[in-house]
Amino acid sequence: MTEKTLEHILEQHEEMAVTVEPNWIRIAAPASRLPELASQLAPEWAFAGIVPENDPKTQSLRLLYVFYARNGPWVGIEVRNHDQSIPTISNILFAADWQEREMEDLFDVQFEGHPQLGDFVLHDSHWPEGTAPMKRHSWEIRQKTTESRNLSTPRIVEASGSFVMPIGPIFSGTQEAIQFGLETVGEEIVFAHIRPFYKYRAVEKLLEGQTPSVALLIAERIDGLTAFSHSLAMAQAFETLAGAPVPPRVRLLRVFWAEIERIRSHMQVLAGILESTGLSVPANLIQALEEDLLQLSGALTGHRYLFGLVRPGGLSRDWSDTEIENIVDRLGTILEPSQRILDALTFDNSFLDRLEAVGTLSLESASTHCLVGPVARASGINRDLRVWQPYQAYDQITFDVPVQAEGDGYARFRQLCQEIVQSYRIVQQIPPLLPAALSQTEDFGITQAGTALGYAESPAGAVICCVSANSRGMVERCRVITPGLVNWHAFPQSVRHFAFQDFPIILATFGLSVADLDR
Amino acid sequence: MLWFRKGLDQPVRTLTPKTSSTLHGLSPGRPAPTPSRDAAPEDVCPTHALKEHDGVMDVDYTQCIQCRLCRQQSLKNKMNWEEGFHWAQMTSTSLPDAFHHSVHVRVVDAGDCGACLNELHQLASPVYSLHRLGIAFTPAPREADVLVVTGPVTVSMKETLEEAFQSMPTPKRVMAVGTCALSGGIFSSSFAVAGPVDRVIPVDIAIPGCPPPPLALLDGFRLIMGARPENPLDGRVRK
Ligand code: SF4
Ligand code: SF4
Repeated sequence: MTEKTLEHILEQHEEMAVTVEPNWIRIAAPASRLPELASQLAPEWAFAGIVPENDPKTQSLRLLYVFYARNGPWVGIEVRNHDQSIPTISNILFAADWQEREMEDLFDVQFEGHPQLGDFVLHDSHWPEGTAPMKRHSWEIRQKTTESRNLSTPRIVEASGSFVMPIGPIFSGTQEAIQFGLETVGEEIVFAHIRPFYKYRAVEKLLEGQTPSVALLIAERIDGLTAFSHSLAMAQAFETLAGAPVPPRVRLLRVFWAEIERIRSHMQVLAGILESTGLSVPANLIQALEEDLLQLSGALTGHRYLFGLVRPGGLSRDWSDTEIENIVDRLGTILEPSQRILDALTFDNSFLDRLEAVGTLSLESASTHCLVGPVARASGINRDLRVWQPYQAYDQITFDVPVQAEGDGYARFRQLCQEIVQSYRIVQQIPPLLPAALSQTEDFGITQAGTALGYAESPAGAVICCVSANSRGMVERCRVITPGLVNWHAFPQSVRHFAFQDFPIILATFGLSVADLDR
Repeated sequence: MLWFRKGLDQPVRTLTPKTSSTLHGLSPGRPAPTPSRDAAPEDVCPTHALKEHDGVMDVDYTQCIQCRLCRQQSLKNKMNWEEGFHWAQMTSTSLPDAFHHSVHVRVVDAGDCGACLNELHQLASPVYSLHRLGIAFTPAPREADVLVVTGPVTVSMKETLEEAFQSMPTPKRVMAVGTCALSGGIFSSSFAVAGPVDRVIPVDIAIPGCPPPPLALLDGFRLIMGARPENPLDGRVRK
């Protein structure tokens, strides 16, 4: 189906150069034709994001618009920049909105027709306009120090008595730093703004010039709670560049730990939802089970959050068959009480009242934002890289991808519960499939310059990582598109027309990480 | 009411010193100073935490991110590893009297990856139950006694952090949590990072680790409350 459509689209653009690589189709398009191509791909392809790369011939910057589909090749539209502006596609695919703003701030690429550029990643109060730190290969970046901070958010609503309520960037508990501006005329949120990137650590810039080994350590610290998936995505890009196949045992064990991470991360989000609705007893119970999972990970991998486990070409350690079976058993004993707690909640009316028909995100809205992960699946989009583009050992495993139709807070809650069940099902299938351990791992090395894609379905959704490396195996450029970057974009939509007291609950049901967005 | 009863039905989870004597999964441990001839070479460490002097490979815990590269299989000599979690260090010399009453804590995320914050959050779970020590998180700067800062302090968070510190009444303490907060960790060379916490506001207690496990955080709180005799300054934590 997708192949047919692609052929059909390419027939209409015969003049464009097309490069076919394994699982990759690149179309070199003039900037003026980009909107047309994007709108032709949009119905069947999901827009992953914009990847800046160096044109190997001219060394000038070009943008790669990446799309992916179920069982089809990845499609990249190459657009040369030539220091001219590129037409915006945010009016066709709203998902491109934030990514274009990001490109403008970091690379000084101008997007014609974009309604709001500037002051996004680099807050204007700290960085002069046009700093474009990613454009040049230099650390000498000018920084403003004198100008005082301007915390005001733009206003959209022009009704009498309307005001903007700023929240953040410091919160009462252990929430991450981000700022919201809630526009209201009374009880109801009429419009919500997000001001992210307080935590911008310039990860993509920091990755430049790093070895694969160190790059993975940085990748897992993009979002500590889904560290394993982030380093897995990046490791796959390096492994493609090295052309070295990953041993089957490692592939299975990577799936094993990725699913344990998913269970733990989902538990953490569930505990957050319960806490936001004021149900502190079940919240504490779930949180204690999350702690059990952290201890299980810590005891068997040496790190509670699985940092340092993924290495280029492998994993930093191996386990005996008994250890693996014990982990599966232990998981069973941890999940059994959680299941009882979560089941009991579905009969708790006061809990359901707080979630049902609250923070609804329609299928249409989720589609135009090209959402990923449990948030997308709770709004009816059956999108999951483990199925769409099976990686590692997912093609050997049987599992279902649950989907909900309602798109409200309760749908997101149920989605997480059902995904935990599936993840446990995956973990249980792994021990009998494991081939015997290898006596030694092969040396890992990249000897050819190139660009490769690596991806993983993190607990929060697709992590897509595009790495360009030189012939010594050092990272030249790296783009990491995270579920945070994609899903936060839609969050303001979901709180519109809900009451103030629903805001923290809706926020909790999204389970979004700010570190993942800010990078 | 229903949930209250269900809560009572659960077994007691809180760790006591007895149950926490095995550290399986509670703390990742950390590299220990190792005689040079048996130690991993300095250059395996991605954050330059290993420094050799006088025949000993020493570990600068303000820089160590516990990546375990100095223990990797392919190395001929590996660093020794120490268990434990008594990692908190006093870094100010003129600390006023310890707080003996209950302590109100305000947390500032200055660029955290999420893991340090989650370990702080875990402190409130029944396993560690921070409240039993009389410690509570507070939203109000005017009520806060302790400012906990995590993350490498990004350029965009620097002023917010300064303001948060200024708005607290005295006496106050600042606790820097995590390797990022102590040295910038793996982010120290990023142009968007303004520097470790002590370059922005004075730090009283430093807790290294990436992330420090909840037990190490409790160790820091106990230090603030005068419940643990302070470690001698051993030069591993920057003043
Ligand atoms: S654990 Fe990692 S960061 Fe710490 S000393 Fe060893 S190599 Fe360096
Ligand atoms: S010290 Fe480590 S765990 Fe803590 S914020 Fe920094 S990278 Fe994350």
